[in-house]
Amino acid sequence: MKKLLLATALLGLTVGFASAEGNVVRLATEGAYPPFNLIDDKGEVGGFERFFGDEVCKRAGLECTWSVNEWDSIIPNLQSGNYDVIIAAMSITDERKEVIDFTQEYSPATPSRYVGLTADADCAKGVVAVQVSTIQSAYVATTGATLLEFPSGDETMAAVNNGEAACVFADADYLRPFVDESAGKLVYVADPVVVGGGVGLGLRKSDTELKAKLDAAITSMKEDGTLNAMIKEHLGPESLTF
Amino acid sequence: MFEICADPKLLEGITWLGCYLTSGKHLDFYMSFLTVLALLAVTAPAAMVMGFCGAMAVRSQSLPLRLLGKAYSGMVRGVPDIVFFLFFVIALDQGFEYFKSRFVCEDLSAPVYQGLEFHVCDAAKVPLATASPLAYQIYGFSLAVLTFAIVFGAFVTHVIYGAMQAVPRAQLETAEAYGMSQRQVFRRILVPQMWTYALPGLTNLWMVLIKATPLLFLLSVKDIVYFARELGGTKTSAYAYPHPDWRIFYFLVLLVFYLVMTKLSEIVLGKLSARLSKGQATAAGEIQRRAAV
Repeated sequence: MKKLLLATALLGLTVGFASAEGNVVRLATEGAYPPFNLIDDKGEVGGFERFFGDEVCKRAGLECTWSVNEWDSIIPNLQSGNYDVIIAAMSITDERKEVIDFTQEYSPATPSRYVGLTADADCAKGVVAVQVSTIQSAYVATTGATLLEFPSGDETMAAVNNGEAACVFADADYLRPFVDESAGKLVYVADPVVVGGGVGLGLRKSDTELKAKLDAAITSMKEDGTLNAMIKEHLGPESLTF
Repeated sequence: MFEICADPKLLEGITWLGCYLTSGKHLDFYMSFLTVLALLAVTAPAAMVMGFCGAMAVRSQSLPLRLLGKAYSGMVRGVPDIVFFLFFVIALDQGFEYFKSRFVCEDLSAPVYQGLEFHVCDAAKVPLATASPLAYQIYGFSLAVLTFAIVFGAFVTHVIYGAMQAVPRAQLETAEAYGMSQRQVFRRILVPQMWTYALPGLTNLWMVLIKATPLLFLLSVKDIVYFARELGGTKTSAYAYPHPDWRIFYFLVLLVFYLVMTKLSEIVLGKLSARLSKGQATAAGEIQRRAAV
């Protein structure tokens, strides 16, 4: 055990001393929320946020590396300093603002939608599948529906497909490809609902300097239209832009 | 990986499947089986050492050591694994960084905890932000081994302590009558004789350990269950190889893997058990003796 401890400590130190000191910013994403973020078939982070994040880093003059963290523990690990920025389609809410800081929005407040197997599925009173700790799960808890939470978005889709839940409630941008490619199996139910603010980059409250740099980069991307073009290309032409 | 796979949209049938199964992500999936096997190979002995030390502490003559052993085994066994893997690991990681910061940081005036945030200077990060993803993987893996060893060590402590108490007193007394010291009795009689009583409990723990590896993903180490879930989920055209929900196929592969592991373990542990029972004053030893006559 002692040897193991020592080995771990040594490993940490050697890893530490071996590499050069630089201004590296670590980005963390969930990697399971297409088309925002996903792990592509090469095993690397992909999706809209990959392109957006790389461009923001380039404009802010930062060297960025990507890491993948489970959605559930993504905020505690930011606070613990395991990475510096959350870039995971995280909506800006007052509740989250109490513990972390956000940059300005880089994706507008897109509506959320209910999707079920039939157009008359009971989304108001029936079982509704949502991803845990999302604005959608908070919203469904306030309606009369039975809340069924899953750790990832993919499992919510599976729950609807196999009849475990009557509906899934999620971002319209997330659901659109699933509905479009289901050959009519999945249909929208009821009208879109806007449940939260836009999506921003999450940071530690103390990282004000980094926040200013990222905000400036996002502003420049909004001004020259690259952000809108990126949203259209990666999130779909129906997606809201600035 | 292969040139033919450059544009997956043009592929069909068996070529599509071939390219799909050799994509970078699938190769990572195949590698993760090795990760799991490596974890088991390192963790099992580490947990045994932990448990052996724990059991010795519980049996110790000195009161503080005894209390320490009992507190360790009692507390760790009582905490759910998932809590341990979420909070203990973050604490451990912060502990390393705090320790390192005392040596490498120039300015130590800022408090380490600022509200909910944990702060050390960049040079004290473990691993450094500039380190390669591989370094992060290795670090996460080491943390996993350490945590698994501590958690399973607590259970092993209890099993080994029980086994030591089960060794017939008469055997120890005989050794004493031969003039052996307490240390000699411990080393020559108690330890060799206790394994037959410890083995069933240890077998159980081994089986639980084999299936506990999905906890690895809490430490950002991608194990086979993570990949099965990730690869099997419905893939829209945002991915190069779209497909419907194929999780059942991936989990069937895992089922086969776990069954093979269980069967192999059973064979090895069965042989070990037979060997340990030889000549023992237990029911299993008695059956062997009669069969031999």
